[in-house]
Amino acid sequence: MQSQMKESGPLLEVENLSASTENLPILKGVSLTVYPGEIHAIMGRNGCGKSTLSKIIAGHPSYNITNGEIKFSGENINSLGPEERAQSGIFLGFQYPIEIPGVSNLEFLRVSTNARRKFLNKEELDTFDFEELVKEKLELVKMDHAFLSRSVNQGFSGGEKKRNEILQMALLEPKIAILDETDSGLDIDALRIVASGIKKISNAQTGIILITHYQRLLDEIKPNYVHVMSDGQIIKTGGSDLALELEKKGYEWTDNFIKET
Amino acid sequence: MVNENLVTDVVKEPYKYGFVTDIETEKIAKGLNEDIIRLISQKKEEPQYLLDFRLKAFKKWQKMDEPDWAGLGYKQIDYQDIIYYSAPKQKDKISSLDEVDPKLLETFDKLGIPLTEQKKLTNVAVDAVFDSVSIATTFREELAEHGVIFCSISEAVKNHSDLIEKYLGTVVPASDNYFAALNSAVFSDGSFVYIPKGVTCPMDLSSYFRINSGDSGQFERTLIIAEESSSVSYLEGCTAPMFDTNTLHAAVVELIALDDASIKYSTVQNWYAGDEEGVGGIFNFVTKRGKCLGKRSKISWSQVETGSAITWKYPSCLLLGEESVGEFYSVALTNNLQQADTGTKMIHVGPKTKSTIVSKGISAGNSINSYRGLVKMGTKSAGSRNYSQCDSMLIGDQASANTFPYIKSQQPNSEIEHEASTCRISEDQLFYLQSRGIEFEEAVSMMVSGFCKDVFNQLPMEFAAEADKLLALKLEGSVG
Repeated sequence: MQSQMKESGPLLEVENLSASTENLPILKGVSLTVYPGEIHAIMGRNGCGKSTLSKIIAGHPSYNITNGEIKFSGENINSLGPEERAQSGIFLGFQYPIEIPGVSNLEFLRVSTNARRKFLNKEELDTFDFEELVKEKLELVKMDHAFLSRSVNQGFSGGEKKRNEILQMALLEPKIAILDETDSGLDIDALRIVASGIKKISNAQTGIILITHYQRLLDEIKPNYVHVMSDGQIIKTGGSDLALELEKKGYEWTDNFIKET
Repeated sequence: MVNENLVTDVVKEPYKYGFVTDIETEKIAKGLNEDIIRLISQKKEEPQYLLDFRLKAFKKWQKMDEPDWAGLGYKQIDYQDIIYYSAPKQKDKISSLDEVDPKLLETFDKLGIPLTEQKKLTNVAVDAVFDSVSIATTFREELAEHGVIFCSISEAVKNHSDLIEKYLGTVVPASDNYFAALNSAVFSDGSFVYIPKGVTCPMDLSSYFRINSGDSGQFERTLIIAEESSSVSYLEGCTAPMFDTNTLHAAVVELIALDDASIKYSTVQNWYAGDEEGVGGIFNFVTKRGKCLGKRSKISWSQVETGSAITWKYPSCLLLGEESVGEFYSVALTNNLQQADTGTKMIHVGPKTKSTIVSKGISAGNSINSYRGLVKMGTKSAGSRNYSQCDSMLIGDQASANTFPYIKSQQPNSEIEHEASTCRISEDQLFYLQSRGIEFEEAVSMMVSGFCKDVFNQLPMEFAAEADKLLALKLEGSVG
């Protein structure tokens, strides 16, 4: 019974989080709570700390948490390494997916999927079983099987890289997915593919944080909450209409909130 | 498909071949002089020409200076403090494996090289060398049916003296360099391979070199002759126990390929490398060279060098025959305080000869890893081509990587192409893999395997998987 109670509690709680890199403060007291089944959007100018927030939640070693905490399923994860966070179900979709020369995409996907499965006490998949699973997931993002034999992200177009991120998300079945500008650099068709992939993967148990500049992704995936970030803080939170208003009025409009506060 | 199983079954354990076999050995007194050489030759019941060969080499060696151009840092070797012959005691004449000391069989069993009839590897014939002598060679009868000779070099001296006399020292003359001269004077055993005309060797041949005693050097000599239109794939593996002293290993390997013959020579070298402080480990000073004597002959070296405190090794090709081909594929990994100076020489003598060099150096810890190579186009090498690619990967910020490509061309109608790169495993790449649940060290070994793929693809299947595991094992604790 207790675990059920936990399930209904918040998935992710970011509490008054401050963080810096090389002594430069980037986050200045961010608070954010995500419940299962919720979709949150975070918007804001370049350099406002959106990407940093996502990296810190995923455990990037370059940032120091100077204050506050991050809880995942009720547990403080401040001191967990990125691989432990990933295994336990936190997923970060990268704005700029990294190229790893020489490492086959298929092998990379298999090793990471098995790392997650091991954590879930599920049987690890051998090459053949994994092939079956990945075939099914490729459909979601309309990717060709040939992608699997190439090196991780190497020579992929912008759109292919982003679809590869969604493919990883589909395989890892995270509890919370933070998608950092997954929509940037996509043409309309690719955006639809990515958006429908995200929708198919998400369910009542998953939380999603979309970091984006554009309304067009939010047209496809309607968020429950929209947060506006500026200078390392969330300065305004609203419903999906906030994004529409932002689109119309631009970020200059949000500067007034800062003056108000 | 090399990357398939890579790091998943990496065992968390230190150098696993570090055990010593407790066995009674016959050792001669320490030191090096003419009497010692005569004694070695006498023990092996060698013909006069071979004793002369040894003594001549010794005279040359005495006049030579130990080379220091590689800039390797190590304590002066006291050549009088080494035992030049050490053999496990056993019956004089061994007619079958049943007579071999079970301890020896057990040793090779433990190393993953079972020799007995029931357990022996099914697709590879093995010559097992323990300290100074060859213990056993498997599949000899089967090979003999094809006319292939695969035996220890001592046996070859007895049974195939004509071939030894004709070819020994013709590729690496005793005067070639300091360590080759030393080896020529004191070599104790090694492998001999002869592939007759038109024969494709029906299985891979392999030598496994095991150093067991701490105070004796290993000086083996390998000679492979591939007659016209024949071909062979030969594998070589090496391990040694952990001692806190340094052991000298100075081998000579000579390959000869006649018209349309091809020899593929693969090495996985995992001698004991010393501990984290650089105490102990093997000094691996080896001369390997192949002669493409015949037209359209081919010699291909592939090596994975992970062990030894110091590696000094340049498997080379002399491309004499028209349209002959030389290849060198190398992965050298150094960690802690290891030093590796390795590369190749491609000497294009004949016309339309071709060579390919792919070298991947990985340096971790405080190690130094250098590629040193020579590509030479002689006056008669018109229409020849070379392609070299030398890539270095740095792990951590204390390791160093160097590339010293020497290029000499005396032939305007030949082409030489050289590419080089240096990379470091970036924090972003590691974070990316980690953020997908992959453990830090696994992430590093995945990237290292990826970096080495071009070379691993050249290795025989079973070796490639072995090499992959070995790299992962060697890198444990090297990062972060």
